[in-house]
Parts: sequence; structure tokens; C-alpha cells
Amino acid sequence: MEEHLKNSVTDGQEEYVLNIGPQHPSTHGVLRLVASLRGEIVTNIEPHIGYIHRGIEKMCESLTYPQIIHLTDRMDYLSAHINNEAVCLNVEKALEIDIPDRIKVIRTIMAELTRIQSHQLFWATFGMDLGGLTCFFYGLRDREKVLDIFEETCGGRMIVSYNCPGGLMHDIHPGFQKRVKEFIEYFRKTLPEYDQLLTGNVIFRERTMGIGKLTLGEAIAHGITGPTARASGFSCDVRKKEPYSAYDRIKFNEVLFTEGDTYHRYLVRMDEMRQSMDIIEQLIDNIPEGPYAVKMKPIIRLPEGEYYQRVETARGELGVYIISDGNKNPYRVKFRSPNFVNLSVLNMLSKGFKIADLIAISGSLDLIIPDIDR
Amino acid sequence: MPFDIYDFTSLTQWIDTSLNDRLSPFWAVVAEMAIVGLLILVFYALIGLFLVYAERKVCAFMQNRLGPNRVGPFGIFQTVADLIKLLLVELVPIRNADKFLFNVAPFIVIIASFMAISAIPFAKGLHAIDLNIGVFYVIAVSALGVIGVLLAGWSSNNKYSLIGAMRSGAQIVSYELSVGLSLITVIILAGTMQLSEIVQAQSTGWFIFRGHIPAFIAFVIFLIASTAETNRGPFDLAEAESELTAGFHTEYSGIKFAFFFLAEYMNMFIVASIAATVFLGGWMPFHIGSWEAFNHVMDFIPPFIWYLMKTFFIIFLMMWFKWTFPRLRIDQLLTLEWKYLLPINLVNVVFMAFIVLMGWHF
Repeated sequence: MEEHLKNSVTDGQEEYVLNIGPQHPSTHGVLRLVASLRGEIVTNIEPHIGYIHRGIEKMCESLTYPQIIHLTDRMDYLSAHINNEAVCLNVEKALEIDIPDRIKVIRTIMAELTRIQSHQLFWATFGMDLGGLTCFFYGLRDREKVLDIFEETCGGRMIVSYNCPGGLMHDIHPGFQKRVKEFIEYFRKTLPEYDQLLTGNVIFRERTMGIGKLTLGEAIAHGITGPTARASGFSCDVRKKEPYSAYDRIKFNEVLFTEGDTYHRYLVRMDEMRQSMDIIEQLIDNIPEGPYAVKMKPIIRLPEGEYYQRVETARGELGVYIISDGNKNPYRVKFRSPNFVNLSVLNMLSKGFKIADLIAISGSLDLIIPDIDR
Repeated sequence: MPFDIYDFTSLTQWIDTSLNDRLSPFWAVVAEMAIVGLLILVFYALIGLFLVYAERKVCAFMQNRLGPNRVGPFGIFQTVADLIKLLLVELVPIRNADKFLFNVAPFIVIIASFMAISAIPFAKGLHAIDLNIGVFYVIAVSALGVIGVLLAGWSSNNKYSLIGAMRSGAQIVSYELSVGLSLITVIILAGTMQLSEIVQAQSTGWFIFRGHIPAFIAFVIFLIASTAETNRGPFDLAEAESELTAGFHTEYSGIKFAFFFLAEYMNMFIVASIAATVFLGGWMPFHIGSWEAFNHVMDFIPPFIWYLMKTFFIIFLMMWFKWTFPRLRIDQLLTLEWKYLLPINLVNVVFMAFIVLMGWHF
């Protein structure tokens, strides 16, 4: 790592090596980008990861299945609920348990709320990356409402851990439906403010349109998923392709664009917030009656074999791969995290653009560093 | 003149004669210089403290927050507390930095703004130096600040600082042109470069109203270009927090950082003062044609208050677009200047000259 730095300085090339991170305002965590510059123009980006590596996959091997769920919160902390759901769905699939409708619907509502708050934070930080500090406060103002609902429902605001194998930790509270409806009504009013402040702004459009174009072929070749891929026209929404929980019974559109630049990656997320609100509105009034959890054995042992489940987090496709040898601990767990894969195109996208564009592009990929390192 | 009740000339002349009575002419001048210097220094510090507070409050209300509200009523002593903190903070020594240039840079920046403020007419007779080339002097002196910024970036031995300083150099040199040309537009109308006479010429109507469309265009261009010249958002590329951490002053700490910080706010105050003086009539009260009673009431507001009101209105405008717009990219910034503002400005100067020649202004 250090040798690389030395070499590129002493090679006599006219490259100006700038070390962005691990502590930097716009890497959103401890990502380190070694950027080679010619003047202001980026010629090469070398991401150095591992600053927040905690060995989550290895830790999973010595934990039981209900315990693993709490670790997955700490990967993509903005999609905490969806990560939990992925592990639960996988365990339930392995045990061949039938999940009552009530659980499925509540999980879906919570997952969509998670997606909304994640995209709100994306909007807030993306505005800040481009120098519009006010966006940050407007984004967080609305995100607070979702976090309050989470807090009332399960006690946690960001690290929710609301799922457990076979259902939910506990039932929703009596005011849940009312509070969610209030939020949807409120957010339908405040979402146009986002467009007024950022989307329609001339400077914002100039800064993002045509910057960091990702073609459909490149997106598929690099395995990009989530909003980043859908902005390039790659239809990859797991909620549509392989419906889980309650996604098979609701109507929603997969937001697709073909341009694939920074501006459209941003637009996909804006539209997804609207779609998520539609999904919640379809479900919130008809949460079926029933138990909130299926009675499970005190110690969960998966039958010997390999299990894979994928879900759509706010950033793309999260795959959970479990190999079980029949014990209460998994033999091996592998998480296919969307951010790690999405990071791989950063170098390709930002080559030839300016430093300011590099920040905009990495902001539009919406990277969560703990999910890259795990 | 109706507003002669607030004329400071008699006061300053009385001080001058009484000093000359007691002291030899040489020492009288020295004493006057000391008094004026001290007054401007105090004014400078007070305005600096107030502007930091004002910016924090304005941005807080734009961002759904309350802003400082703990130290003193409505948090008005927050900046004083911050200043004390900055004075007590350790000055971190930078290894491999060019020590002399590193230490001298903040002083260049602050002296440049200090020199510029002395040429501004605050009220009738309240004017430190009334040069006959006042506008030219202010433009020249405020441009010196960029040397400090460049030195700071170069001597810090930090890559972010260097990029920030280079951006700042390109930016200020470009936008100087627009600032100069938009002021020239008004100088053509006023026929003088002396700031006190420019104000006096607006006693029958502010230049922004008298100068038709070209004066208004010049005002808008001046507002944009001067915001860029003071390195404020959306043109704060030299600092560019999300790209270059803190740009040219990344390595500065404590009171040296405070100097840059203060200079930024004072530069904003200076350009707002010039805009108020040149376009909005300086300390002249607001009059409407033949509304005698209204005009008379306006006359009773002291000129110094008029001056401050106009200046703070422009400062508020600058804060407004700092806190609503995202930042431009360096190439867009230069495109805006060289491809749009400069040609518009050149045409505007000719247009204004034509109007003055034909006598079409009020």
C-alpha cells in the first residue's frame, strides 16, 4: 500500500497523488481513495478498504442463527431491517416454515420504511457532497420521523433487530398504522421540497448530468445492482424478479432509466421513495390478523446443506449464503454485499473527470463503508 | 440638505482643531491617525463578531435549526466564546512547511481587508480616507488578499491546500475583471471615482434606479462576481469542504485560522459596502419622487443606519444563496466568468456609455 504511494511519486511521472480518506468529509466513513491527478483531472482511483473490517462472516461461524441477525445490522446500517430479513428468510427457507401473512406484511412495511429513510439520508449527504449544506438538514428532518416510528416499534432507531427466525421480536404497537399513515401524508408534502431545493437547481443539474456514465453492459459485467444499476437500465429489482415476503401481492413499478449518469442515479432514488410510499399505502390498511411469530425450537439447527437467499436492500442485492453442517452454528456464512460490488466501478466511472466529479460520483453510488468491509 | 443634522464633518473638524491647538502639527496628525486606526480596528472586530453570529443564525433558520442559543440571550455571545476558544487553541507547528510564508499569509489576507475598509464612507463625513480614486483603490487593495491565500496554500506543504490555493488564484484573477467592469459601468454614470462624490451624486436617486437596465445588470453581475471573489458559496471552491477538507487553510489552527475566517467575513462586508455605496446610494436615505412627508421621515433615520441596513441587506442576499445553492465545479466557474459574465459586462459598459452620452438616464 505504502510502496504504491512511493512509486507513483518517484516514478517521475507528472501525477499528483492525493490521498482521500480514510478521514475525509465525503467518503462517508473510513474509505480511502488514492487518487492520481493531472491538475484537477482524475487519472486513476485506487480504493483501499478494510479500515472497518470486523470479520462479521467469521464471527457468524461461532454464533447461533438468532445471534447472527444482530450482526447483520452492522453491515449496511441504513438497511438494517432488510439485512435482518435476508438472514431470517434464509433460515426459514431452510427449515421449510410457513410464515403467516401478518409477519410478511409487517416485514414489508418496515423494509420499505427502511428504504425511504436510507434514500432520505442519501439525498441529504449527496446534497452535502455537492456543497449544498442545507440539504443535509432537510433530509435528516424527515428521516427523524421514520426513525421515531422504528423506535416506537422495536426500541432501536437505526440498529433495529426487529426480525427473528420465524417472525418478529414482538408485535407492532397499537398506534403503528396511524403513525405510518401520518408519516406518508407528511412526506408526500415534503418530498416536493427536495425537488425544489436540489433536483431543479441549475447548478445541481450542471454538476451531475452526463457525469460518470455507466452503460448497461458495464453494469451487468461488474455485477452492479440496486438503484445504481437501474439508472443504467438494468432491471435487477429482486422484489420483482424473485418476490419475497409480501412483494408478490402488491403493485409497484421498478424505476428504470437508461442514461446511467450521476443525475439519473439520483433520480432513481427519488422515484423509489415515491414507490415505497405507494407500497406502504397498499399494505398499511390490511395487515392481516394472526400471530407475530411462529413457535420455533429453542435451539435452531439447519439441516445439512447450502442455502441462499437474496433480497433488495436500499443499495442493491444482498445475498446471504449459508452452509450448514447440521449444528446450531453455520459452517460458513457469506454475504454478497451490494456496496462492495458497486465500489468496483468507481475507478472506471471517475477516470477523466475532475476531483469534484469524483466526489459526486462516489456520492451517487451511495456507498456504505461497513458493508464493503464487513 | 435635510440630513445635515447627522453630518459628522463638524465633529471631526472640532477634533482636528482642538488637537491642532494643543499639539504641534506633526503630533496632531499622529494622534488623529492613532484615533482613526483604533476606531476602525474596533469597528472591524465588532462587525466581524456580529457577521459570524448573523451567518450562523441566518443559516440556522434556513436549515430548520435554531442556531446558537446558549451563550447569552439568543446566543449573542457565542462568537465571543468562540473567539476566546480560538485564542487558546494550540498553534500546531507544521513540519516541512515554509515557516516564514506560512506565518505571514494570514496577515496579508487580513491587512488587505483592513486597508479596503478604510476607504468606505460610512456616513457623511465619517470616512477614514477619501481618495479621489476611491473605487480603484478598493478594487486594488482587496485583490491583494489572493496573495495571502496563494502563499497559505503553497507554504502549508499539503496537497489539499495547494489545490485549493491554485483554484483560488484562477478564480479571483478571473472574477476581478467582472467586479472591475461592473463598477466601471457605474463610474461612467457617476463621472467620478471618489466614493464620497458617488454617494453625493445619488442624493436625487440611487444609481440602480437612475441607470436603467445597465445599472441593474451591473448590480447583479457585481453581486455574483464579488461573491466569487470573496470565496463564498456557491463559489467556495478554494475551501470546498466536501472535496478538499478545508482547502487552503487546512493546516492552520487557532488564531491564524481565525484570521482567515475573520478576513472572509470582512471581505464579504467590504464588497457589500461597495455594492451599497455604488448602487444603492450608500448612506443616502430612500426617497420616493414627490412624497414630501415620506421623504422627510426617511431623512430622520441616521445615514449610518441607512448604510448598515443596505449593507446587511446585501450580506443577507449573499448568505441566502450560499445556503441554498450547491457548489460549482472549477471549469463551470471559469466558463461562467469568461463566456457569460465578461461579454455581458463589456456590452453593458458600452450600453451604459451610450445612455449617458444620450442623456437618457434620470
